[in-house]
Amino acid sequence: MTIEETEQEIIEEFEIFEDWMGKYEYLIDLGKSLPLIDEKYKTEDKIIKGCQSRVWMHSELIDGKIVFTADSDAIITKGMVALMIRVLSNHTPDEIINAKLDFIEKIGLTKHLSPTRSNGLVSMIKQMKLDAIAYSSKLES
Amino acid sequence: MNSLKTITQTSIDIEKIRADFPILSRKVNGKPLIYFDNGATAQKPKLVIKAITDYYENKNANIHRGVHTLSQELTVEYEKARSTVQKYLNAKHPHEIIFTKGTTDSINLVASSFCKKFISTGDEILISAMEHHSNILPWQQACEEKGAVLKVIPINEAGELIISEYKRLLNEKTKIVAIAHISNTLGTINPIEEIIALAHVKNIPVLVDGAQAVAHTAVNVQTLGCDFYCFSGHKLFGPTGVGILYGKEKCLNELPPYQVGGGTIKTVTFEKTEYEGLPLKFEAGTPHIEGGIGLAVAIDYVNTIGLDTIAVYENELQIYATQELQKVEGIKIIGTAKNKASVISFVVDGLHPFDIGTILDQLGIAVRTGHHCTQPLMAHYGIQGTIRASFAFYNTKEEIDEFIKGVKTAIKMLK
Repeated sequence: MTIEETEQEIIEEFEIFEDWMGKYEYLIDLGKSLPLIDEKYKTEDKIIKGCQSRVWMHSELIDGKIVFTADSDAIITKGMVALMIRVLSNHTPDEIINAKLDFIEKIGLTKHLSPTRSNGLVSMIKQMKLDAIAYSSKLES
Repeated sequence: MNSLKTITQTSIDIEKIRADFPILSRKVNGKPLIYFDNGATAQKPKLVIKAITDYYENKNANIHRGVHTLSQELTVEYEKARSTVQKYLNAKHPHEIIFTKGTTDSINLVASSFCKKFISTGDEILISAMEHHSNILPWQQACEEKGAVLKVIPINEAGELIISEYKRLLNEKTKIVAIAHISNTLGTINPIEEIIALAHVKNIPVLVDGAQAVAHTAVNVQTLGCDFYCFSGHKLFGPTGVGILYGKEKCLNELPPYQVGGGTIKTVTFEKTEYEGLPLKFEAGTPHIEGGIGLAVAIDYVNTIGLDTIAVYENELQIYATQELQKVEGIKIIGTAKNKASVISFVVDGLHPFDIGTILDQLGIAVRTGHHCTQPLMAHYGIQGTIRASFAFYNTKEEIDEFIKGVKTAIKMLK
């Protein structure tokens, strides 16, 4: 599945919900179902800066594709991490670098993209793209 | 404030007051706004908004310089605003009131100028464990520059200063004490009169960070005896970007200028500059003129309600909210001082403040979540952050009921 196809799938899943409560309950469920990151990666240097809640993220390059795992101590944040991982994990560095991620706006979570200090989604996306850039330049050299 | 706590019925016309604040009638996420983030910034009454509009429509000019009518009229109004602040704090002279950008700017001014002149290697600066970062970092930086040591008055589990420790920490090396009047995170009202008196016995000056106090309780700097008192206009229902540094005439005169530039001088040659006296010595550049004027209007507005009335009413809100929150399972209130302002911080068992805050926001309820710029204090309690509800006199018990319902909804959704 391409990044755009996964985004489309998520947009359709969120369309079912008529109000915010359903949406957030779904996000909370996604958070609870996020596969756990290996405990050994829950270290200070894996914490994404700029989040009010703590988010630990680890990436690995496996057969030319980046696999992300993550965790957060806040459940809604964890739900957002789960969505980001579902969309971006298992793709090549270049696919991740070029991903537009329009789905966030379409599922009505744009407010989580505002550049306030409390919000981690922007930092999360930035970190995922930075990892992709790092792997991409490593692959080229 | 203590003596007023026994009064339970207050004469506050809540409908009329709420109508003075246009933003209170807006909706957020489809719900009526419940604004419980007054500790971060307070909303503005119509009179303040009108004063700012009127400033740009009819008054704009630069002050302290021009011979033309606009400049002269505005200079008079700006200086009148200074006198309004002077009376609000009961300072002895108008020139003891310095306009700054806010509390942070005021503290930076004192930390920089005071330390430049009076601090040297091995000296000590005394702050407390409940300080906001803005009353830690300027002193920390000054200590680093001068090789001085930052000492910290510890607090007990309730979030009160341990006065015996304070007494022990005051010594001949202590050069200044910098302390919050009211804690922004815990709501603790510190016994600053006692703190100031104890420091003065040893001739140590005291700076009080009044950011959380001025909107909620009457402050009389002469009775307190503090050497410096700082606050922000925006937390007092005034505009953002303007604040106050009060300093005793003698203390301010002893300090070298902080920032220099236009407006601060008597004569300048390329060889030497002769500086203005107070207050202009500390007000470099064109000031935030409409900010100062707006702040004076906000103060007049607060005075029409009366700080004693406000203190009693807000105390009722605080007691009611505390009582109702304690009934909710899993809630722990952080900061249970005997003498407390209308600030309530709490945590919920097993849930992250960010999650609670996000759900409350969906319900139109604005609270603050996180470390509240008091990371050392969070470390003291061994927590990452709290949810903080902070009230103003336009809040109501009905809003608190909605807030409690919201907290319960959030817990149900998140568990």
